[in-house]
Amino acid sequence: MPPRIVEVREGVLKKNDLLARELRERFRHAEVTVVSLVSSPGAGKTTFLERTLRELKAHSRVAALVGDLATDNDARRLAQDGVAVRQIVTGTVCHLEAQMVGEALAGWDLPALDYLFIENVGNLVCPASYDLGEDLRTVLLSVTEGEDKPLKYPTIFNSADLALITKTDMAEAAGFDRAAALHNIHEVRPGLEILEVSARTGAGMARWLERLAAPMPARA
Amino acid sequence: MHELSVATSLVDMACEKAHAMGGVRVEALHLRLGPLSGVVKDALLFSFEVAAQGTPIEGARLVIETTPITVLCPTCAEERVLASAQRRRCPVCDTPTPELTGGRELELRALEVWEDAAAHR
Repeated sequence: MPPRIVEVREGVLKKNDLLARELRERFRHAEVTVVSLVSSPGAGKTTFLERTLRELKAHSRVAALVGDLATDNDARRLAQDGVAVRQIVTGTVCHLEAQMVGEALAGWDLPALDYLFIENVGNLVCPASYDLGEDLRTVLLSVTEGEDKPLKYPTIFNSADLALITKTDMAEAAGFDRAAALHNIHEVRPGLEILEVSARTGAGMARWLERLAAPMPARA
Repeated sequence: MHELSVATSLVDMACEKAHAMGGVRVEALHLRLGPLSGVVKDALLFSFEVAAQGTPIEGARLVIETTPITVLCPTCAEERVLASAQRRRCPVCDTPTPELTGGRELELRALEVWEDAAAHR
């Protein structure tokens, strides 16, 4: 008798998706807005997050989780008065998963927070596959990286809700072709919202903070 | 490279299903994989062999069907198949197509199992 075919039709990452859904539910109950940041290494996630935390903490209660393969340098950099920061050291794992986020939240009083930021491991490939329960996923592209990055990594741009062009203060020095970058983002993901920021000069930060305060449409 | 994590999830899933079916032997796993899933086919095939070693499904084949990227064209009001993820425009009228209807699949579609496990062990 030949082998029998048994239908399954289940997502391979179903466990992660279920955990992410539970997290999303927890965040909603706690009324905390959760924003994740993904980018290649060196796009300026940590500097941008540092500035965001500094500006937000004047009127909001904020915390951050930062993922890295090794070292807790980023968490130490981000630690400021009144901001809780926890490092997730992933070891050899190149991305964050919902379970790691859940474990890192142990003991935190979520309802006491307005915003929680999750900085993913610097990687434009792997984080795309894993839902973390966030309300807003932002993908960062710095002006020093080359305008064709969206074409090389269409999947991450398709998993994000917002694209941030960072380090705009360096655009001229880097010979950044802004029109090409915007065009390429929309070639792989038509309609994706794009903001342009410089964590160094503060340009664009006001619009970013406005965006964070606006209601977030339901994700996934 | 997260294909080993994905392969491990896939192997765990197949082992659970096989166990729930009374410990049947798994001949093959049929997977649907979209170009926008974030998973690379060849890396997954390689990782799968590694992940399956020493598990009840060791030796099973992984059969991967690549699904097309499909979008809804707002101008034609039709579903269209795209040739590449780098150009999200309707192949007929060139309108940008924000709405993705397929291409992100990472789904275990079916298992091929031997009914009479004992006879094939």
